[in-house]
Amino acid sequence: MTGKRIALALALLALATVPYWMPGTYYVNVMSQILFFAIFALGINVLVGHAGLVSLGHAGLFGVASYVVAIVVAAGWGHAAAIVISLVVTMIVTAGFAVLSLRAIGIGFLMITLALGQILWGLAYRWISLTNGDNGLNIATRPAPFGIALTSASAFYYATLLIFLLSVVMAAVFANSPFGASLRGTRDQPRRMNALGYHVFMIRFYACMFSGLLSAMSGILFVYYNQFISPQALALTSSAEVILMVISGGSGTLLGPIVGAALVVIMKNVASAYIVRWNLVLGAIFVTIVIFMPEGLVPGVVRLWKAGWAALRGQPAVRTSAPSPGAHG
Amino acid sequence: MTTALSVNALCKSFGGLRVTAEVNLNVAPGERRLIIGPNGAGKTTLFNLITGELTPDSGSIHLFDRDITRVASRKRAHLGMARTYQIITLFPQDTILRNVMLALLGLSPLRWSPLKPFDRQHHLVELASAALTRVGLDHIAHRPLSQTSYGERRRVEIAMALAQNPKLLLLDEPFAGLSIDERRDVQKLLLAIPRDVTIVMIEHNMDVALEFAEKITLLHFGEVIVEGTRTEVVDNPRTREVYLGE
Repeated sequence: MTGKRIALALALLALATVPYWMPGTYYVNVMSQILFFAIFALGINVLVGHAGLVSLGHAGLFGVASYVVAIVVAAGWGHAAAIVISLVVTMIVTAGFAVLSLRAIGIGFLMITLALGQILWGLAYRWISLTNGDNGLNIATRPAPFGIALTSASAFYYATLLIFLLSVVMAAVFANSPFGASLRGTRDQPRRMNALGYHVFMIRFYACMFSGLLSAMSGILFVYYNQFISPQALALTSSAEVILMVISGGSGTLLGPIVGAALVVIMKNVASAYIVRWNLVLGAIFVTIVIFMPEGLVPGVVRLWKAGWAALRGQPAVRTSAPSPGAHG
Repeated sequence: MTTALSVNALCKSFGGLRVTAEVNLNVAPGERRLIIGPNGAGKTTLFNLITGELTPDSGSIHLFDRDITRVASRKRAHLGMARTYQIITLFPQDTILRNVMLALLGLSPLRWSPLKPFDRQHHLVELASAALTRVGLDHIAHRPLSQTSYGERRRVEIAMALAQNPKLLLLDEPFAGLSIDERRDVQKLLLAIPRDVTIVMIEHNMDVALEFAEKITLLHFGEVIVEGTRTEVVDNPRTREVYLGE
């Protein structure tokens, strides 16, 4: 068994036993938050890390998924129908998002996604007859798949863990697939990819759709976790926060967005209880990461580990560059 | 008679600047054609028009008698057109092997697959390895591209183009920036390309290019001013006036 597999087995064991060793329900809930925000970060990572497209509007897609669940449940439909309708609607909105925003790349893409995200936020805020405006929408109950009620923190955590693991597998398979390689090719050399016979626009479009799917899955978990959704979830700060998760953890890697999500959620939910100006600390952490590990926390730690190991063995330290996206995790 | 590439009255302007003016070009199947001309003559623009990266204002382009003037650039690759770039355009984060595999993947329906592992596509690995053997890089196939020399990268570019098994290969200054030894290696490599591949090449290095070319087209300010065999073009006073010098 290789070291990687042992680490993976230990991580899975730790995740599977969280409710048994976490000191209290509050922390189990924090773990649920880490997991569903990690799914969101994995979704953003498809665009930021693999496609080289920074979106500032994904909180809009996340919010659409949440709102659709809340609206459909409020209309008297069951949870299963609400989840399916939410996924379908979010994918349709994502397709519209992609068609409009992929007319540009770089700053242009960023600005269009920002504008589209703000439109969705504006709709959530102002379409009061549908969204209840700033007061938001409540959901009275959580789903009970196969008769298992997700009302307790532990039950909800396990449901979130299952979906998280599914998302991680999806993201890993995607990153190592021919399509993942094609997507990274369009990030690095779109002109060359076009000359090689690739349909650059469609590759980016499908990547947006996959990213939207993960965002929707995360949004659905978010609304069921809080049993409430308000326009705040669609705000620009939400999109920026998830991008910070991806960049601080290491964009283009599998583990990076998960670590980034854990960092942000822990700072927001745990450190904020002890440090009044926790935002300042979070900012300082990001600045430190950007200065000392510009490739992100996970690839940075791997690099430092290798350098330290080489120094211990008396070998000359080799300055390794940021690893190939999708190549590890 | 079938032509591999036929360009008819092709025109392209950028604002008020006419960069391709009524260019006509007929390249026979299997031919080795050299395009020469001073800097700014419109050689690379002509390549970009032929590959579809630029849309012509007027005129037509035929590939093996098929009108491809309005065919999307990516589809021209599927029709058997491959090119290399004057400025090396590769994937520095990948290995040499994966660069060539990406070229092969571009023509395979597998490129849309989000499920199968890319590195375990053994038929792609084999074809890519064969292409690298052709250019003499098989022994460093797993080396990251960022750790290769300029000359090796030039050969990777050619390997990527050859891996696609093209019918028409467009080479944009393949000898640019190479040392004498590297130039000799690339020259040998190009001479070994079989005749079922038609080659059109832009090159400034006349020593190596003249040995390769069967027919030469001289461009000047976007116009074809001389065309013919090596001797005809080299001996033409216009060639000496605008390009070779007295």
